[in-house]
Amino acid sequence: MIDFSLLTDGGMGWLDASGPESHLVLSTRIRLARNLSGHPFSGRNGDAERERILGLVTAAAGESRALGQAAMFRLDRMDEADRRVLHERHLVSRELAGLEGVTRVRYGSALLIQDRLSAMVNEEDHLRLQGLHSGFAVGETYAAVDRLDEDLGGRLSFAFHSEFGYLTACPTNVGTGLRASVLIHLPGLVLTKEVSRVLQGLAQVGLTFRGLYGEGSEVVGNFFQLSNQTTLGKSETELLDHLAKVVRQVVDYEEQARAVLLSSAPTVIEDKVWRAYGLLRHARSLSFDEAMNLLSAVRLGVGLDLVPGMGLYALNKLLVHTQPAHLAVAENLPLSDPALSIRRAALVRRVIEEEMGRERLP
Amino acid sequence: MTCDACGEREAIVNLTQIENGEATAVHLCERCAAERGVEPPVTGKTPLGGFLAAMGEVGASVSEACPTCGATLQTFRESGRLGCSECWRAFEPSLRELVRRLHGSTFHVGERYEHDTGETAVAQLESELREKLREAVASENFELAAELRDRLRVME
Repeated sequence: MIDFSLLTDGGMGWLDASGPESHLVLSTRIRLARNLSGHPFSGRNGDAERERILGLVTAAAGESRALGQAAMFRLDRMDEADRRVLHERHLVSRELAGLEGVTRVRYGSALLIQDRLSAMVNEEDHLRLQGLHSGFAVGETYAAVDRLDEDLGGRLSFAFHSEFGYLTACPTNVGTGLRASVLIHLPGLVLTKEVSRVLQGLAQVGLTFRGLYGEGSEVVGNFFQLSNQTTLGKSETELLDHLAKVVRQVVDYEEQARAVLLSSAPTVIEDKVWRAYGLLRHARSLSFDEAMNLLSAVRLGVGLDLVPGMGLYALNKLLVHTQPAHLAVAENLPLSDPALSIRRAALVRRVIEEEMGRERLP
Repeated sequence: MTCDACGEREAIVNLTQIENGEATAVHLCERCAAERGVEPPVTGKTPLGGFLAAMGEVGASVSEACPTCGATLQTFRESGRLGCSECWRAFEPSLRELVRRLHGSTFHVGERYEHDTGETAVAQLESELREKLREAVASENFELAAELRDRLRVME
């Protein structure tokens, strides 16, 4: 089992709901793809080469300010449940965790993490530097990851091309290597059936959306990750300003949708929120999808001040700890154990009771 | 359909211009479109899908190998990933085409990485381009020369 005591907040500082617009935006993540010059990319190098890269990176990180005290997790030495836990915490990609279809975890796959900055090593690219912050915090997140990039870039030799910029294994990431994504909760737009129009609009302005777990994942619990589609031809600042501008707009649309729902169908919304609350508070068995959808409705209620006493942080914690691998590891059960649904319901009841007290029902 | 401007190359951009309340359709090839500041359309459903299918039509043959890592355009087509940073130089013409389609541009304008180089990266690129331009003119490859001249002009 992973020792998360090495990390501040177990690497979940991004979930503390302290950042701007936390009622809608869970987190802002920015990653920079970097490769070391003179070494084949991850897909084409051998174990010895990957070990060398990991050695170079850990040495450089050890001297750096941002990752000087970093904890290192070698994913290639972890069992699947632990790797899934890191993935569920949004600390590593599916690829690094070896959860993609047929690929196994790649030898040398590692995560270096300190506070809200981290580096995935031997991912598709040698390095994926990432910053992860609570709420809608594009500027702050980039400033931190940019410092890390500068610091490591001075100690390592990154592959850079005068025309194409930072070179990456996949041409979709070349140039800045920057992918910024904002994890946003849009139940208002889903309920008013406006969401597909908004998402289609994103494509026209060079943005894309994904589900809760990033690339290739499904949308659950009305959570969407909005991110930039292109990485070259615009400066980092232009890419980020554009994303921030569009996200701001989506936030406004969501607020408008919520206002419409509250004014046109207040009882319907209240009923939906309290039904979800009731189920979460009393159900004896919950699947992950059901829990996510119910938590989404209660989260909407909290955003509309309909559920006094319920905090976003508690909901965020539930979001993380009700996930399959988190639950399996905490309960010491296999990932496929059917009893997980029962344990999930018990966990949800316990957390809600702690948050709301025994007799707080209106 | 051939390009309305040069009358030579295949038109890939269809523009509708409205002047004095009248709409006229203009068909342009990629080069002429670029000269007028029009970005070519992004093709393919998945970012790489459309391109990978067409790969090999431009530049290097699919079996030519990167001298550094041995990857070929064929292996790239299969995996969607390049073998090493030198692949970017080995398959430069094909990749430039792909990058243009993916990002609507081929020129990185973000932060530049300066590491142990006396010259700045921009100056380095400019001298590289000038050298390539000289070679292109010498070998009477005027199409390439025109493209290089355009890129140098953008830099100025």
